[in-house]
Amino acid sequence: MGIFESYALRLRRKRWRMRALVKRRELRAVADRTGQIRPGDVLLFMTLRNERIRLPYFLQYYRTLGIAHFLIVDNGSDDGSAEYLRAQPDVSLWHTDASYKRARFGVDWLNWLQRRYGHGHWTLVVDADEFFIYPFHDTRPITALTDWLDASSIRSFGTLLLDMYPKGALDAQIYTEGQNPFAIANWFDSGNYTQRKNHIGALWVQGGVRARAFFADRPAHAPTLNKVPLVKWHKSYVYISSTHALLPRGLNRVYDEWGGEKASGCLLHAKFLHTFADKSREEMTRRQHYANGREYLAYHRHQSPDLWCAQSTAFRDWRQLDALGLMSTGGWA
Amino acid sequence: MSLGIVMLAHEALHRAAQAARHWAKAGCPVVIHVDKSVSIAAFSAFERGLADMPNIRFSPRHAGEWGKWSLVQASQSGAEMLLAEFPDVQHVYLVSGLCLPLRPVDDLRAYLARYPDTDFIESVTSQDASWAVGGLDHERFLLRFPFSWRRQRRLFDGYVRLQRRIRFKRRIPPGIEPHLGAQWWCLTRKTLAAILQDPRRAEFDRYFARVWIPDECYYQTLARRHARRIESRSLTLTRFDAQGKPHVFYDDHLDLLRQSHCFVARKIWPGADRLYSAFSGSDSGARSDAAPNPAPVERHFAKTRARRTEGRAGLHMHSRAPATYLHNTKSAAPYTMLAGFDQVIHGFAPWLAGAVDAQVHGHLFAPERAEFAGGETIAPGAQSDHAALRDYNPTAFLTNLLWNGRPRHQCFQFGPRDTQDIAWFTATDPNAQIFVVTGAWAVALFQSGAEIATIRAKAARLQQVENAWLGVLRSPHTRARLRICTLAEFVANSAPQLHALVDAIGRKPAQMPLPGLVDLAGFDVFLHRLRNAGMVPTLVGDFDPADDVPAAMAAPRPRLIGP
Repeated sequence: MGIFESYALRLRRKRWRMRALVKRRELRAVADRTGQIRPGDVLLFMTLRNERIRLPYFLQYYRTLGIAHFLIVDNGSDDGSAEYLRAQPDVSLWHTDASYKRARFGVDWLNWLQRRYGHGHWTLVVDADEFFIYPFHDTRPITALTDWLDASSIRSFGTLLLDMYPKGALDAQIYTEGQNPFAIANWFDSGNYTQRKNHIGALWVQGGVRARAFFADRPAHAPTLNKVPLVKWHKSYVYISSTHALLPRGLNRVYDEWGGEKASGCLLHAKFLHTFADKSREEMTRRQHYANGREYLAYHRHQSPDLWCAQSTAFRDWRQLDALGLMSTGGWA
Repeated sequence: MSLGIVMLAHEALHRAAQAARHWAKAGCPVVIHVDKSVSIAAFSAFERGLADMPNIRFSPRHAGEWGKWSLVQASQSGAEMLLAEFPDVQHVYLVSGLCLPLRPVDDLRAYLARYPDTDFIESVTSQDASWAVGGLDHERFLLRFPFSWRRQRRLFDGYVRLQRRIRFKRRIPPGIEPHLGAQWWCLTRKTLAAILQDPRRAEFDRYFARVWIPDECYYQTLARRHARRIESRSLTLTRFDAQGKPHVFYDDHLDLLRQSHCFVARKIWPGADRLYSAFSGSDSGARSDAAPNPAPVERHFAKTRARRTEGRAGLHMHSRAPATYLHNTKSAAPYTMLAGFDQVIHGFAPWLAGAVDAQVHGHLFAPERAEFAGGETIAPGAQSDHAALRDYNPTAFLTNLLWNGRPRHQCFQFGPRDTQDIAWFTATDPNAQIFVVTGAWAVALFQSGAEIATIRAKAARLQQVENAWLGVLRSPHTRARLRICTLAEFVANSAPQLHALVDAIGRKPAQMPLPGLVDLAGFDVFLHRLRNAGMVPTLVGDFDPADDVPAAMAAPRPRLIGP
């Protein structure tokens, strides 16, 4: 990459940072408990809309992992999500009714919150249906990982967004509040992912069940599955599209090019539950999602599809994902 | 006989206090050096917390930095204090604040009593130290290192290069021979006192103060000068990763640590509550005379190092994307591409599946769909047979297939009709075996019985595609094993070709009779007509010319290509 392109990226980063500054005005603090944040805490940032049913398990999962504080933007929920979150002792909540799309799918809001509260912390940015898994997560808290990353001079940690799905029609099993979603969505595609490097040095991963079931005819439109959710944040960093890529571009180099493996994890994606049909119907009309909800359009055509196939794999634990090559312990033993 | 501890602590002081208390309770005097970077408030709290232990002392504080002389100063002042204040100490053990004693202190005492005159210190001549980071093994004794390796890497490297260029060399003080080894040692009072009270100590200190990472060589070198018997290994269990920093132990390493029978382990993650609670009661455990055996731990971490540096061959994923020119790690298992055989032999794939120990697919890259073995529409790993999905990234399709099917040998048919994108990948892959019968595509055209005029363009295109592929295979970059013959050669003598093919893939114990070839009566005439129609089928090889071509079958005169 030449000086010119490098400088163009710097300008782009400045622009996104400016945008985050402007977009902060759309946020109104509902519950500001950020005074509780201590140096060294691992923070979780999230934007959500109408995810009430998922929240109890979500918070429980990440508290067990060792997240010290949750910083959440509520984008106009009307299902009680805001009231529930406001009552949580370790949640700081902001409210906005502004356009999700025009905040670049929430990225601008979170860039601002991360800049304001995340500087110097390890920050985890996930959606309400994404569950972070890293090597040894069942025996070591997330601070064990971040301590090791610090000691190894690693600033960012990469994951694969692994779509999980149930066997049979999506609405055949009803998810209840507080339940582990992977008791229902227990299956995944283990070996049909593709990757290629893109212009800012990120590895663009596609494939999986969504490519197989919804985008077989237009694989280029299949969702992006590489994510870099865990970053030792500095106020000059910005996410540019969801958590798929960020600037400065060195943060996207979460892969090894010399044959070795870097440590990496997965985001188990609990999108495909019985709630999915309602969600896709709503998002179809709102058109607030990426490329006008092209993804939801594709799902909508396959109402309540059965994503399971004879070669689906039942989820066991992270060691299974490591053995399958969907994540790696890398140099962490 | 008594054992004394010198402890260097700079972080996680609550864990250091816990370990110090453990040693002191077992009757070992402890001198703790707390790094100067620790705040006065934290230090005095730490000091107060241990005030009830009469045999814990604190040595004068230095500001330690990794790889710098101050770390040696810290251990020197700690050791001096220990020797002066506890005259009955016979062995001195240097530990860090994140070291965890794994066995009862009495075990260690009994072990040391068996070797009263022995110094346990890893001490290897600098020529033999292969582990050194940055390759600076002997040069660390000969160059100057004013810049920090961690904070000023460019200056560090540049200054090393400069000194190499001008052939600068420091003088090593006479009487010592440079040795390297792990920082954590256990020395006898006699050796340690001799090092610290050496009449030439000022000279040695001056020299080592400018050596790179002196805490890995100061005691290691000087022990060689004074010791009676050196056991060149550390009693502290510690292993280094690919970056050169110590591997950290966590709760899930409990069994591994127990099996090692080592006395002390480094370094322990401060949050490893289970480890600390399991071992801090280790004094109550049963005494044992088992010798330390770090081999299982070494194997465990060696696997991790290999994972980090070499990775798993054939795995392409979001944290492993080897550059395309790294040819030895492209695919997960040996595989075979077969071009043309299924054209010349009826039922070739089923026959081969019976003859070899391998998974035999059809045309994986056929334009209609991926023809998986057994006619499946979905392959292991949930790989779809959908052509568009496959053609979006054919190389990934192939590497996924091989990864999902490993370690089984995979075979598939290939030909000029198929997607050709994998040509370079497979040609440059040492795991690939490529068997080609060139020109075999002509057989299908011959059998179709269609008009020569309609076939001609098709034949020309297939030949062009196959020629391009053969050009790739014959390039100097090719690493695959090749066996190429023309259709004519194959038809003339197919048995040795098929035997070679079966042997290369791996024969099944049960012998299969060789299959028969398709009927090629009239093929020579077909070729003749093709030639007369203006298309030269060079890749089929030399078939005997048809001796008698009926006038009615002769093709129209070839047209001249336009001006």
